[in-house]
Formats: sequence, structure tokens, C-alpha cells
Amino acid sequence: MATKKFMYLNRRSSFGTVYAIESLEVVLIAAAFEQDVSLAFIDDGVYQIVEGQNADGIGMRNFSKTFHALGDYDINKLYVSAESLEERGLSADDLMPLVYEDEDDDWAEKPSVKVVSNVELSKIMSEQDVCLSF
Amino acid sequence: MLHTVNKSSFERNSLKSCLNTIDDTSVILLIEDGVISAAKNTNSPMIADLAAQGRVYALQGDVEARGISSKLADNIKLVDYAGFVDLVVEHGTAVSWV
Repeated sequence: MATKKFMYLNRRSSFGTVYAIESLEVVLIAAAFEQDVSLAFIDDGVYQIVEGQNADGIGMRNFSKTFHALGDYDINKLYVSAESLEERGLSADDLMPLVYEDEDDDWAEKPSVKVVSNVELSKIMSEQDVCLSF
Repeated sequence: MLHTVNKSSFERNSLKSCLNTIDDTSVILLIEDGVISAAKNTNSPMIADLAAQGRVYALQGDVEARGISSKLADNIKLVDYAGFVDLVVEHGTAVSWV
């Protein structure tokens, strides 16, 4: 199968709507078909990968832990909007330390998350074959 | 009156509409994605005055689910579900800003 560049735009936080978990499901499906997958976290989507989420008090599954598995599916291009973080009083330090093992570099553990400006993000988006918004 | 807001102020104007409409005795309870307004961020000035008067509550479970417990704006009071019920009983009429 031909490989295409897919980007998933995550724009909503984790629990208020079903968008975040649905996006994650589709991301994993694309990875299963060995597509070139990137994720972008913009607007309230940045809350999806905030460290220290605990959903015990609302009776929902804390699926944020699944993001840690993305590296094993060769999904290691996670872009976070710097502007969206800043508006929300967040910084890169507040995000989960998501990593992958680089097979081209003796399986060295490297960070998957990259904070980028909206200008940089728009350039990355323009390089995709498909952008899906959630 | 008790006003509950369940949408992020970055995504909808529910909180703004609520603030434009409430009287001096009303209190606000932020629930679900509404708790994003309980965190220190560029939208928190909207509720700063009310919070200083002790009139802004946030549902603890929703705050913890979103990982923002350590980032709450000043004077926001956390309540659990029992506290939610107490607020409903205490304030009579409730309005949901959805």
C-alpha cells in the first residue's frame, strides 16, 4: 500500500467530548496500516497530553496513558502549538514526557513532542497529504 | 442562584454570557470542560473578581482529570459531587450554561 502523510489535528480537551479519544483510535488504525502519521495539538487539544491527569473522580478511563504507546507504533512526530500552550498558562514542562526509541541511532530514547509556533505548524500542515481535524 | 458552566472559555462563550447575565448574589460552578476557566490562563481575569468574593467553585474530579490541580487561579473553591449537591440545595434555582 502506498504510504501517505497523515496529520491529525487535535483541538479539544480529553473528556468533555468524544473527539479526543476518537482521534487516538484513528491514529492507531493509521499506524497499523503503516502510514506516515503526525499529530498536532492546538487550542484546547494541548490538554490531551498534560502530565498528571487523573480521571478517577469522574468515572472515565484515563486514556492519556495510551499516548505513551505511540512511540512503539513509530508515531513520534507530535507537534504542540506554542501559542495555544501560552494562552492556557502552560509550558512544555507541563506536558507528558513522551518518547520513542530511534532504531537508526542504536535505539536511543528521544522525545516525541515538539513545541512549535503556529507559523511552523502551518508549514508542517502544508507538507501533508491528508489533514484530519478532531 | 447557581450557575454551572461546562464549556471551555477558549471554545465557547458560555462563561462570558453567564458573567454578563448574573446578579450580585449568584455563584458559579465550573464543571466538565468549564474547569479550564479555573486554571491560571489568559481567560482567568474574566472570573478573578468573582473568585475574590468567594463565588467561584470548580468540580474537583473534573479539575484532576484534566491535570490542572496545581494551576488553579486564586480563590477558586473546589467541591466534590456532594458539595455540588449542597450548592444546588443552598442556592435554589440552578442555570446550566451549556
